[in-house]
This record gives sequence, structure tokens and C-alpha cells, in this order.
Amino acid sequence: MDYFLTEEQQMIKDLARRIADEKVAPKAAHYDETGEFPWDIMKILADADLFGVYLPEEYGGMGGGVLEQCIVVEELSRACSGVAVSYAASGLGCSPILVLGSEEQKKKYITQVASGKKLAAFGATEANAGSDLAAMETTAVLDGNEYVLNGTKQWITNGGEADIYTVMAVTDKKKGPRGISCFIVEKGTPGFTFGKKENKMGIRASATRELVFDNCRIPKENLLGGKEGIGFIATMRTFDRTRPGIGAQAVGIAQGALDAAVKYSRERVQFGQSISSFQGLQFMLADMATQLEAARALVYATARMIDGGAKNFSKESAMCKLFASDTAMKVTVDAVQVLGGYGYMKEYPVEKMMRDAKITQIYEGTNQIQRHVIALELIKESASKKD
Amino acid sequence: MKIVVCVKQVPDTTEVKINPETNTLIREGVASILNPFDMYAVEEAIRIKEKVGGTVIVLSMGPPQVAEQLKETIAMGADEAILVSDRAFAGSDTLATSYALSKAIEKIADVNLVICGKQAIDGDTAQVGPEIAEKIGIPHLTYVKKIEAISETEITLERMNEDGYERVQMPLPGLITVVKEINEPRLPSLKGMMRSKKAEIPIWSAADIDADPAKCGLNGSPTWVKRIFIPEIKCQGEIFSGEPEEQVKFLVNALVGRKIVV
Ligand SMILES: Cc1cc2nc3c(=O)[nH]c(=O)nc-3n(C[C@H](O)[C@H](O)[C@H](O)COP(=O)(O)OP(=O)(O)OC[C@H]3O[C@@H](n4cnc5c(N)ncnc54)[C@H](O)[C@@H]3O)c2cc1C
Repeated sequence: MDYFLTEEQQMIKDLARRIADEKVAPKAAHYDETGEFPWDIMKILADADLFGVYLPEEYGGMGGGVLEQCIVVEELSRACSGVAVSYAASGLGCSPILVLGSEEQKKKYITQVASGKKLAAFGATEANAGSDLAAMETTAVLDGNEYVLNGTKQWITNGGEADIYTVMAVTDKKKGPRGISCFIVEKGTPGFTFGKKENKMGIRASATRELVFDNCRIPKENLLGGKEGIGFIATMRTFDRTRPGIGAQAVGIAQGALDAAVKYSRERVQFGQSISSFQGLQFMLADMATQLEAARALVYATARMIDGGAKNFSKESAMCKLFASDTAMKVTVDAVQVLGGYGYMKEYPVEKMMRDAKITQIYEGTNQIQRHVIALELIKESASKKD
Repeated sequence: MKIVVCVKQVPDTTEVKINPETNTLIREGVASILNPFDMYAVEEAIRIKEKVGGTVIVLSMGPPQVAEQLKETIAMGADEAILVSDRAFAGSDTLATSYALSKAIEKIADVNLVICGKQAIDGDTAQVGPEIAEKIGIPHLTYVKKIEAISETEITLERMNEDGYERVQMPLPGLITVVKEINEPRLPSLKGMMRSKKAEIPIWSAADIDADPAKCGLNGSPTWVKRIFIPEIKCQGEIFSGEPEEQVKFLVNALVGRKIVV
């Protein structure tokens, strides 16, 4: 389908695709197997200026928005979504700064992320605070000109590899979600260390690690936006902007799987003919392609809505993440089916894609939570209508 | 440091087929690319510029449509690109080509280093680089695989030969041709691509570079192609398959059978 991308967006897409095909695809299996962090590819993406496509020009970016980021994430995900999420998580990490940071914080940190010289990461989840983020236990206490952080964040993408961390911590327990603040913490700050690196089902190129704060003192200026209590709202507003990126990741994985399935179906011969000539298989491929295109259309439409300046897009953002990730799961399972036993083997890329797809239904809010967000918005909308 | 890189547009040989009747290349419908060996030259020039500063000027001779393709080198990081193009150059062999390019390099003026790929993948002559150097009257070194040190007046490098490599120092201005071992050409950057979109590629005619018509194109080309043909395949290779032990047995039998080993 033609989405009428601008010349610049098409250029971004072509370049990201070229990097995905030439540099990422040949190494996808290696990173999947070893779980090494793909620094060489991060450097290629940085040199190609792709880290800045969605960031404002005044902070060293190229001035694009959510759609530009989605385009890059989708193309990279076709080849390896572990690589794609390492790229995307840097955007997630700097998003709170973008939405609620002070001018100095934006100047100082977004410029570094835009150049790709440094990666960012976002730390909200804890052992006892997953879907229910307000239950977090990490604390920050003001002591003179410094905040003192204590607690452990869990499953933080780019943990240990990133230099810039946006971290949520409780500054006033009594206030519940309004007592959560956001801090910018730099790697190397005394009292800030990394815990164990997780051994995952999929997106194994990406690093998922604990952030451990033990009397970690950070300057008061690193309180996001200079205001306590805006951490939860920064998180919600961040997710509204970044969930289409997860949708794009899902679309990319599904596209990679569909491409592999169609190609294989034309080559594999059984009963004296290529398996693509069997209607039973054709219908599967047709459904996969149709669902995938619908998912892409929803992701792009949401991204354009956000970039167009819409005020509230929580519902659409949740919808596109939900629909695209459920689609990716279904399409990748079907792709393995199309390849039969070969699909189950690591020599072919689809089993990895199936493992990779699962995470898109879980992180940045599980799909149950997305449905919850969508329903809440529906009820709010209905309640606000006077009939 | 002023560096000129000479590049050539060639048919993408991974797609080229040969007409079995006429034994000539079927060029119709085949995509054109910049000669892959020249991309190593572009990359090396950009690396030198990043290290010691300067400008990288990409130079090509060819039909007008080459101008668009030269923009790829600007997207990688070259500062400018110039195309030498004129009907008078049609039918140039390596001598006429190197004449035109050397005149263009003289027009660019004050060039410290000229870099060429080791050869073009269509003609495979490897002559143009050294001929340019001779025409301008500067020293040259071929098959360079590594540049160890460079200043505006001197270059220290390693060049490949059959049994290894030589370490050589050469005064500059000079010309080198590079092999693929020297680097891995980078991909374009987004900012580079945007810059290249807007870039104007000047097209220099024979008059612009003050070229002598007698030395241009067919007039200046002593090479006459009599016939192009694919060498006849006189014998087929043998492929030993099976387990390593079996393969070894086959090989030993073959060597003994041919009385190569007795
Ligand atoms: C690989 C990976 C990378 C991650 N990266 C990051 C990161 O960079 N930064 C970060 O902060 N976090 C990150 N996370 C955390 C991720 O966002 C959480 O795992 C996710 O939000 C779900 O939390 P949980 O795992 O604790 O599940 P739980 O909240 O315990 O949920 C368990 C199950 O209960 C369901 N459930 C929970 N509440 C409800 C409800 N109200 N209604 C219906 N069902 C419900 C869930 O849908 C799920 O099925 C990452 C996680 C993984 C696995």
C-alpha cells in the first residue's frame, strides 16, 4: 500500500532498509545466539544519522516525528527486532525529557541521543511494579542540593549499555502516583550499578538489565522538569508517544516473516508442485498479508495523528500497539507453519521472529493493559457526551 | 589536503549477460553502478579528510546521466563531484580517458593526491590510473592496501604484490590505486543524502578542460577492438564429492593416474 511518504521519509526508509539488509540481517542469527549487544550496528545507525530522525532540529535532530521513528524501527525489525528495540529504547529513554524536561535538560541530553553518540534507557518497572507502576518502591530523597536514590529497577532495555537513564522514583509516598518523580541519571554516577543481564526468549540482541541504586546521589538539576510529582504523568505521556513504535516493531517482524513465508512457499515442492499452489496455504498467506497491512495502516495513522499535533491520543496509541502486536504474533506463528519443519529450525529466520514477536504483546504495557486504556477512554468519551 | 577521486560508471556485472551470438555485453535494461573498486577509493579519501582535513573532489568522465549517480559519493561525504562529459569523448580508450581526466585534474589545480580504484569491473584494464599520473607527470603506486601516514608532501603506504606487500614512501603530489583490502566503504548518511539531493554537479566539456580534439575520443584512442569473445571452455574441472576420506582417495587416484605423483 502506498502511504504517500514525503521525499525525506522515503529517504529515511530506503536508508534504514539498506542498513537492515546489508548490515543487520547477516548478523541477526549471531546476536540472537550470543546475546551480545550490537554495538557495531548502533555505530552504523549513528553514522547514518538515524538516531536523530524523530528529534527536533534545535536539539540536533532532523526534525521528524513519531512516523519517522516508526519507519526506521519497522525496517530494522524486518531483519532483527532485537537491534530495532535497542535503537527504539534510546528514544523511549529520552522521551520523558522531550515531553516534560526543562530547556537545559533538553539541550544537554537530547543532543547526545540525537547524534547517536550515547544511548538512553527508560527505567520504571520493578520486581513488584509491572502493570501497576504506581506500586514502585524506589525512593528519592532530597538532601541539600542532591537527591539520594535507593532501589532496584528491573528489565530495563539498554541497561548497562546506555549512558543516559530516565528513572522513576517515589518522592512522596502519601501522594500515590502523584508522588512519583523522574530523574535523569548518568552512567558512572557513584551508587549506580547494574544487576544481572536477563537471558531471554527473544529480542536477544537487546540488553535487558537491572539498575541498582544504592545511596546514589544525583544533582538536583537532574529532577525532570525541575518539578517533583510529574514522573507518572511523564511515563503515561511517554508511552502514548512510544507505543506506535512498538506497533512498528511488530509490523516489521510480521513483514519479515511474511516475506520469508511467501518466498519459501514458491520454492518448496511437495506433491509435485510448489506449495504456494495449494489454496489452503494461499489463504493463510492472504490473511497474513491483509492483517499486516491493516496493522501498518493503524500504526501510520496514529503516528500521523500525533505528529499532526493532536492533544489526546492515548486510545489510538494503545490500539495500534495492541493490534499490531497481536497481528505479529499470529503472522509469525503462521509463517512457521508455512515453512513446516524447516520453520522450526534455526537455519531459517522465522522461528526467531516468532520468539521476537511475543515481547511486543508484553512491554510498554501488556495487551490487557492496552485494552484497559482503550476501554477507559471509551467510557470517558461517552460520559463527556451530553445526550 | 586536496584529494581527487576518479570514479567510473559501469554496468552492474552481477546482472550483465553476454549475447551468445554476438559475444557482446547486453547492456539494455542493466542497472548502472559506480565501479565497486572506486568506492574503496572514495572511502579512503573521506577517511584521509577526516584524519588530516581537506577536501574530497570526485571526478568522472562519462555520459550526462552519470552526474546523478555521482551524488552517491556526496551522500557518503565527498565535498563535490565533477563530471567531464562531451560528445567529443565518445569512444575513448584508456589513453583518451586518462588524457581527459588528467586535463580535468590540472584544471582543478593544486591537487595533493589522486586516488583511483585498482581497475574498472567492465574493462578490467587497470591502466587509467597510472596513465593519468604519467600524463600529469606525478609519481604513482598501484594496488595500495593500507595508508600508514600521509601529509601534503608525502605518503607512506603498503602495496600488494604477488608474494606479499611492499612498504613504500612516495612524495606528493602523486597518484595511488587502491585494492578492496584497504577499507570497507561506508553507507551514506541521511544528512549526506539530503545534501546530495541539492548538490549541483558541474559538467565540464572538452573546451572547459582545454582538451586537444586530436587526443579526445576515437581520435585519441589507438586501441581498436577486433572482436570480443568468451574463451572456449576446453576442459571441465572435476569436483570430488563425498566424505573427506573418499575425496582424498579420488584426489590421490587422479594425481597418480595423471602421473603427477608417482
Ligand atoms: C524484554 C523486556 C524489556 C523491558 N524493557 C523495559 C524498559 O526498558 N523499561 C521499563 O520500565 N520496563 C521494561 N520492561 C517491563 C515491561 O514493561 C513489563 O514487563 C510489563 O509492563 C508487564 O509487567 P509485568 O511483567 O510485571 O507483568 P504483570 O503486571 O505482573 O502482569 C502479569 C499478567 O497479568 C495481567 N494483568 C496485570 N494487571 C492487569 C489488569 N489490571 N487487568 C488485566 N490483566 C492484568 C497482565 O496483562 C499479564 O498478563 C521490559 C520487560 C521485558 C520482558
